[in-house]
Amino acid sequence: MKNTNCIEELKKEFDAYAEMYVPEGLDREEQLRMYSIMWVMRKFEEAVKPLWMANKVHGYYHPYITEEAIATGIITQLKRSDYVGSTHRGHGHLIAKGGDINKMMAELFGKEEGYNKGRGGSMHISDMSIGMLGATGIVGAATAPAVGSALKSWIKGTDDVTVVFFGDGGANAGSISEAMNMAAAWKLPVVFVCENNQWAIATDFARVTGEQDLYKRGIGFGIPSCRVDGYNIYQIWDTAKTAIARARAGEGPSFIECKTMRMLGHHATDDSWYRDMTVCDKYWEIEPIKRMGEFLVENKIATPEELEAIEAEAIKQVEASIDYADTQCHEPSLDTFYDYIYADGEVIK
Amino acid sequence: MAIITLRESITQALREEMARDEDVFIMGCDVGLRGNPFGITKGLMKEFGERRVIDTPISEAAFTGLGVGAAIAGMRPLVEILYCDWLTLPMDNIVNTAAKTSYMFGGQANVPIVIRAPFGVGGGVAAQHSQNNENWFVHVPGLKVIAPSTPYDMKGLLKSAIRDNNPVMCFEHKRNYSLKGEVPDGEYTIPIGKANIRKPGTDCTIVAYSYMTYVAEAAAAELEKDGISCEVIDLRSLLPLDYETVMDSVKKTSRVVVVTEAPLRGSIAGEIVGEIIDRGFDLLDAPPQRVGSKNSPVAYNEGLEALCTPKKEDIIAAVRKTFE
Ligand SMILES: Cc1ncc(C[n+]2csc(CCOP(=O)(O)OP(=O)(O)O)c2C)c(N)n1
Ligand SMILES: [Mg+2]
Repeated sequence: MKNTNCIEELKKEFDAYAEMYVPEGLDREEQLRMYSIMWVMRKFEEAVKPLWMANKVHGYYHPYITEEAIATGIITQLKRSDYVGSTHRGHGHLIAKGGDINKMMAELFGKEEGYNKGRGGSMHISDMSIGMLGATGIVGAATAPAVGSALKSWIKGTDDVTVVFFGDGGANAGSISEAMNMAAAWKLPVVFVCENNQWAIATDFARVTGEQDLYKRGIGFGIPSCRVDGYNIYQIWDTAKTAIARARAGEGPSFIECKTMRMLGHHATDDSWYRDMTVCDKYWEIEPIKRMGEFLVENKIATPEELEAIEAEAIKQVEASIDYADTQCHEPSLDTFYDYIYADGEVIK
Repeated sequence: MAIITLRESITQALREEMARDEDVFIMGCDVGLRGNPFGITKGLMKEFGERRVIDTPISEAAFTGLGVGAAIAGMRPLVEILYCDWLTLPMDNIVNTAAKTSYMFGGQANVPIVIRAPFGVGGGVAAQHSQNNENWFVHVPGLKVIAPSTPYDMKGLLKSAIRDNNPVMCFEHKRNYSLKGEVPDGEYTIPIGKANIRKPGTDCTIVAYSYMTYVAEAAAAELEKDGISCEVIDLRSLLPLDYETVMDSVKKTSRVVVVTEAPLRGSIAGEIVGEIIDRGFDLLDAPPQRVGSKNSPVAYNEGLEALCTPKKEDIIAAVRKTFE
């Protein structure tokens, strides 16, 4: 149930807070589709941690939990040939673009049937068939290459759009600013999305950032820029709609800062000892799935039963993905060691 | 004497040098409050303050650049790049500024910076968190490069690096961090450019460094059972490199195997073999052997990852080959 007092308290400190509303053009069916996508993301991430603990999944794994509204509200508006540039926290981006969670789970298990044939793992998850340009291990470094996909669209004169994500931490990588300048100068079809969860591992963004309204950086480059409530899927959807349309029309880039709060550890085993996690208590009141669910019911857009069924379906899908990865997939054959280093099957040892 | 981990030996070196010289300071991602992900700088911010242990934004290119500039201005910065893989980001300021300023300025300025970078394969963290790129820096005149393998060596060499008036790259193998060893209680340093004979032997020289020293020792122990006595040299420094010790050993054994964890092609192993041939071709009874990783990025999958790097068996086979 909604704790109104708590939300009133939260508004005092969370300057991006915005009331929920149904934007024009967003029908019930699409709302429920977004709601179900968010649940798939949530259940997927919740499933991975125990798998990591059980040593089925290894390496670095960064959950997208409580940021689901951002990828969902933006990426679900893209068409298949549009591009998405991701971060190290990329599972949600892939799911929103229409990726296959079986293949993603198989990748996390390091299996040959995984998206990256077991070579990449969570941190490099990618699906080129749907324009998901891949997660990255080098924070901030994937942005310029992602803008490169927009350069292609610009040269070829297609109407494809690129949405590129980076964190508040990644925002400080110099090449992002350089890429933004070129995108603005040439009017490249890009939407820059900063997922500002206010933390970069143990670094509070306020300690390393002079201007804390990160969206204002876009303004410096001449890019229309704004901030939205990162828990408010409707506001995110509405803002992204305008930005995507602008890019598609050849009018150039936009910059959306989605302000949120990292409410879990940075990765699977990070217990966040370096920060006071009770700060997050209030934010759990508006975590995006709960918030959208409550809104849908309050406004009689959906019944609680419908929502429960959506959640149950997400659990089923994720369980099936685990079963697939665990029992139906294979370790890469060691004979394939040199595969994929070079294109076209060429092997250079 | 105390027994400490390699991780702790780094902390001790940092703490002692910061206490000794007010110009020494640390900067990097999460080095302050968090004390770096491996716990190496834990407590130092509290001890020395936020102007001497600086948490940076994720701006490797620029914060390393700032470090280089602070060094030129007379400070002794210790910059940390959390995984050596990301040294690509500040590469320009390392290669074009740090390494060349003394020369280009006709000796007017020095760049006494130390850049610490964990490196090496292990842990299933895939291709951008697993590299061995120490060799790139060995190719750059103006830099020094160290890669010690024991707590004793790490502490002594890191202290020398901090006091050195040149830019020094310090490579720390992630798999070595928890290894323990004896470290003297009092002050000591180890000169950069001096190798260490880890195990004397008479039949074949094995030249290695960092984590591969341990693999080489294991190989030597096994060969010993078969009556082959190997001399294991831990280089400790890669630039300058102690060819006197290497050649003295080769004079004795007439056989040599050089081991690196880096992809073999273009690695330092080839360079070392080349130098050995230049200095003493006639000393050799058999072609020198090189052992390194396969020429591949490092996979996430643990089976493929394990296949990549040299194993004890590979070194044993290489030693045996020198007897064929
Ligand atoms: C170039 C580089 N520097 C540092 C790191 C270590 N690192 C991994 S994730 C991360 C924090 C990223 O923060 P942010 O961009 O805000 O994304 P978030 O994790 O909050 O989603 C850091 C510092 C890295 N992977 N790459
Ligand atoms: Mg962040």
